[in-house]
Amino acid sequence: MKGRTRFESIKEWLIERIIWICGVSSILFVFAIFFFVFREGSAFLFRGFKPVEFFTSIEWYPTSQSHVRYGALALILGTFSVTTLAMLIAIPFGLGAAIYISEFCSARVRETVKIIIELLAAIPSVVWGFIGLTIMNSLIIRLFHAPIGLTMLNGGIILALMSVPIVVSIGEDALKAVPDSYREAAIAMGCTRWQLVYRVLLPAARNGLLAAVLLGIGRGIGETMAVLMATGHSIRIPTSLLDPVRTLTATIAAELGEAAVHSDHYQVLFIIGILLFMITFIINLTADLIVKGIRKQ
Amino acid sequence: MDLSVGLSTRDLNLWYGDFQALKNVNLNIRAGIITGLIGPSGCGKTTLLRCFNRINERYGNVTTTGEIKIFGKNIYDADVSLIELRKTVGMVFQRPNPLPISVYENIVFGLRIHSGKQNLQRSATDATVEEALTAVGLWKDLHNNLKAKATTLQLEQQQKLCIARLLPLKPRLILMDEPCSALDVEATRHIEELMLSLAGQYTILIVTHNMAQARRVSEECIFMLMGELIEHNSTVDMFISPQDRRTADYIEGRLG
Repeated sequence: MKGRTRFESIKEWLIERIIWICGVSSILFVFAIFFFVFREGSAFLFRGFKPVEFFTSIEWYPTSQSHVRYGALALILGTFSVTTLAMLIAIPFGLGAAIYISEFCSARVRETVKIIIELLAAIPSVVWGFIGLTIMNSLIIRLFHAPIGLTMLNGGIILALMSVPIVVSIGEDALKAVPDSYREAAIAMGCTRWQLVYRVLLPAARNGLLAAVLLGIGRGIGETMAVLMATGHSIRIPTSLLDPVRTLTATIAAELGEAAVHSDHYQVLFIIGILLFMITFIINLTADLIVKGIRKQ
Repeated sequence: MDLSVGLSTRDLNLWYGDFQALKNVNLNIRAGIITGLIGPSGCGKTTLLRCFNRINERYGNVTTTGEIKIFGKNIYDADVSLIELRKTVGMVFQRPNPLPISVYENIVFGLRIHSGKQNLQRSATDATVEEALTAVGLWKDLHNNLKAKATTLQLEQQQKLCIARLLPLKPRLILMDEPCSALDVEATRHIEELMLSLAGQYTILIVTHNMAQARRVSEECIFMLMGELIEHNSTVDMFISPQDRRTADYIEGRLG
């Protein structure tokens, strides 16, 4: 056997390095993003930042001449209310669609529906914002006789429609991953289709379905442009579905361009960024821990 | 109507799309015995087996003509409920496929899906589980471990469990599709002993690739080739003096 040439060993070494870089780069990027976001907000975080005010006050006056206040409670509640509403719609709807696609429809319907759902996922968020701003807006005004249709309801529905494709496609993957032998076992015992779903498939696929739900929530919390356009952007704690709200993400998007670089206002917006980062981090971590916990049983 | 006939077919034909997998199959299977279905791969024996609980119909492109009577009732009649049919006709698969729930719940599964009541009496289900596991010889090994996930058991135990979970529904016919092909010699012997202990109480139909197994467990044998039934005889006669040349070729290893 001929020995390997020097060129071949170098090539091998190089390819291994490149693949290694691809692998570790994602870790690097996450840390880099966190580092830069933190750096932009950190000076103010340790100097003038009042955490109590930030988390408990609804007075957000970042550009006031006399008395600047950074109370983000309304923004936090805005994000949570819109996301919660969206998930109340998207989870049953998305999981239902996933069950239908994976278990109940014919192969032809399945292919068609899947393509359409992928199309739904590909619609840019600003287009969803459009729909919220025009169609949903006038629809809500007409249906509820509301003075304005840019509300939590509007944002929640738009966000739900945006999250459904994620819940459906990941949920469907989870159901498809259930071995067919479980289905045959249950059917041969005389299961009805619905019994098969709730007695066998849902328990067997619960990890994947949980992941689908959590990714949907992550999508909801992080979404910016559509909610900015659809929710009315007014700072208040929402008390009804027809109240306008403002979210954390929308605040950053709307105000960052106007805040002077490295001003207090600019840095507070980055602190909001850190908060969003931590929320999604905690969601993903819980998901991981739950999934691992289930696996251990 | 001959009461000793558990299962019969008349002019049974089956197509997967354009491919004809069963050709004019006519047979009468005696109740209360083990009947072996043998033949080379692709001869239609598994397809035939999967007709008897109509699980073939899961795949949309199956067309069936003819008649299958199980204990006198044509299972293709319009008034036949698939749910009830599958309660009467249990099935054991090639690879053990217990559900990913506890041993206990696997046994009670059939009762839960077939009883209209949401809550079965705990004492009743306890008794059912003990009875079913005792019947398959698992009670001694598992009675302290009923909460264990069934998919974590050894393969032999899994397959016994798959047989045990049929019993609470009191099936009259049990279909077995190469039930030992995933098991080692020792486990195969145990499953075969179990089958022999269940015969009499149940009518058992077993598809097997393993001719020695057919000889060991079955009282009658059916030899199939290319979707046709070639010979149906008592196992002893078939293996000692096959009537058809093709049966002889297969049994003696010149075919398949």
